[in-house]
Amino acid sequence: MKPVRIDAKDLHYTPLNQKIRAAVKDGAKEIVIDNVLGQRFIADGLRGDDVTITVNGIPGGDLAMFMSGPTVVVHGNADHAPGNTMDKGKVIIHGSAGDAVSYSMRGGRVYVRDNIGYRGGIHMKQYLEKRPILVVGGGARAFLGEYMAGGMIIVLGLNGALPISEQGTGSGIHGGEIFVRGPVDPKYLGGGTRQEPVTAEQKAIIRPIIEDFAKSFGIDPAPLVASEYTRIAAISARPFASKYTLE
Amino acid sequence: MSIGSTPLKFRVRIDPALCMNCGRCIDNCSYGVFRRDGDDIRINSRNCVACHRCIAFCPRDAIEIEEQPGDYRSHPVWTRRIREAVFNQARTGKIISGGMGNALPYPIIFDRLVLDACQVTNPSIDPLREPMELRTYIGKKPSSLSLDERPDGTVELRTKLAPNLQIETPIMIGHMSYGAISLNAQMAMAKAVTSIGTFMGTGEGGLHEALYPYQNHMIVQVASGRFGVDINYLERGAAIEIKIGQGAKPGIGGHLPGEKVCADVACTRMIPEGSDAISPAPHHDIYSIEDLKQLVRSLKEATEWKKPVFVKIAAVHNSAAIAAGIARSGADAVVVDGFRGGTGSAPVAFRDHVGIPVEAAIASVDAKLRSQGIRNEVSVIASGGIRQSTDVAKIICLGADAVYIGTSALVAMGCRVCGTCNRGQCAWGIATQKPELTSRLDPETNAVQVANLIHGWTLELAELMGAAGINSIESLRGNRDRLRGYMLDENLLDVLDVKTVGA
Repeated sequence: MKPVRIDAKDLHYTPLNQKIRAAVKDGAKEIVIDNVLGQRFIADGLRGDDVTITVNGIPGGDLAMFMSGPTVVVHGNADHAPGNTMDKGKVIIHGSAGDAVSYSMRGGRVYVRDNIGYRGGIHMKQYLEKRPILVVGGGARAFLGEYMAGGMIIVLGLNGALPISEQGTGSGIHGGEIFVRGPVDPKYLGGGTRQEPVTAEQKAIIRPIIEDFAKSFGIDPAPLVASEYTRIAAISARPFASKYTLE
Repeated sequence: MSIGSTPLKFRVRIDPALCMNCGRCIDNCSYGVFRRDGDDIRINSRNCVACHRCIAFCPRDAIEIEEQPGDYRSHPVWTRRIREAVFNQARTGKIISGGMGNALPYPIIFDRLVLDACQVTNPSIDPLREPMELRTYIGKKPSSLSLDERPDGTVELRTKLAPNLQIETPIMIGHMSYGAISLNAQMAMAKAVTSIGTFMGTGEGGLHEALYPYQNHMIVQVASGRFGVDINYLERGAAIEIKIGQGAKPGIGGHLPGEKVCADVACTRMIPEGSDAISPAPHHDIYSIEDLKQLVRSLKEATEWKKPVFVKIAAVHNSAAIAAGIARSGADAVVVDGFRGGTGSAPVAFRDHVGIPVEAAIASVDAKLRSQGIRNEVSVIASGGIRQSTDVAKIICLGADAVYIGTSALVAMGCRVCGTCNRGQCAWGIATQKPELTSRLDPETNAVQVANLIHGWTLELAELMGAAGINSIESLRGNRDRLRGYMLDENLLDVLDVKTVGA
């Protein structure tokens, strides 16, 4: 089947999503949306494991929220919370993204080529084989991985960006792990976190993910794979266990 | 430690003249009060929480529980509760957490409001002989209708109606999650609401597959932890509720302790077994009323605008303005949870001191929405401290469309309001995940009890309406003329917009 092209010019998000759903229902495997300008909720709650949606333009907030299966490729920046509570699938952003990227994501992958805003990967979680992954090519702002309950965040600090340069990283984390290329100044870590150098086994786990990320954006993976990484994780899966006394 | 023992909270006695030494008390107590010692049953009163499980299962009425047998020197300021809180925190240096709802003796506004009845003129209605309309629709109502007239003189509705929930009685069961309570307790309530034709909330614990057969009567909750939330969950629910706040602990999130996250709870919430399930205080994609609008719309968009979306807030000082914002966010209903609302666990400082009574909050929310001409945009659901049918009637008079009950549904399943839900040891199999305790709660029989309670209240509501000469719940809603305040101060009467008795 030929790729389905949708012109989003002057189109509200609800009719846009209706067109996307209709195309998927008709069996489209490739959907290209042109002239996207701030439409929120693109692919919200959409299913379809083998569907690829190309977004040409700048999508609005909550891109791929609750999405379960498709791949969304954005040629442009994304607004806040792409991958919000996403279940399955992939979001590839050729640009930067706003705050709360991958908020509460429970599965699938979000790749952001450049930078992300505050609270990236906040409250990501995991269950059995569902392990969400957020990879950021550039840097992340404050409170990365806050309340993180599972999954994985990788920050690469490409193009001269400092991967972590603000406070609160991993505050309240009680599951999952954050990998940062290079060292992390302890003053940027939130409460309840610990950091350690990455072991060979951990490196072997993140290597194919980094290679896949590099391939998505046509970046040479070799220097990324050769770099040293820092791992940030929770001190305890029970951060609140000792906070309370019974009445 | 220099504080030593404090007086017993309860003294448990077994009358040897009545006891047949059957040991049911030992089997039933999950708090370790009773143990066998040869032919005797020994008692450790210090472990007792007065859940009455032993009393309920003693075949001879041989057990007595006495509250506060040895008391402190009485003092109006330094009460027992205050002194024991100081001891507790001096020992531990921690936050005091407790279960159930607000445990301070604030005056109850419901008990200072009286209902009206007809005499001589405007005769009362007998619900046995006249139809009483209790069916309620929860959701947006259009502000006007536009109609097309067909050539044959009939008309066609052009206005697109928003989805509404149809409930056969204005009584629903609020959100108590799988995790906070047992699956058997949820099952019992799910069967009850399905048989009655009303709805219940899932709480923020996902929807266990055992509840799928009842999903058309379930309101699925999306809270800040987003536990168990995926597109399947959203599509299964009859409606979706965004939980912003909870009356028992306004302003803070929730922590389901790892002990309660057993394999099955982990599966339903989709988090690792034994991990704390932490719901942050705010939704981290909602930092403003505009963001709330975005979450409401994202849920509607994900479910193709087929489901009503509710927003639940705790009743706090400025609930009315917040509710007006919610009404403009595109939400279909606002749930206002008063400071008497229950909880599986909350810091006592919050449970007992933060928030306002639901009666005042509902009256001011209703008044604000009417003054702005947007009352039709949302239904108003009152929650937190609804104990009896008269509370339902009174809160509807104050402007609610319907109520959520919580604690009273649990009491219908045996709960004795012992207030130790947070300990996970509930002897009644309600607020626990221990299989040996949850198996005590039979969903079938308890479903009948919960349904009986709602049915009984519904009959009483119809009688109260009939006595007031009202045959439709629509005519009771916001009908403050059917209420009078008894010994309420003038300011509160103003807020409630209710006259005093005699006026």
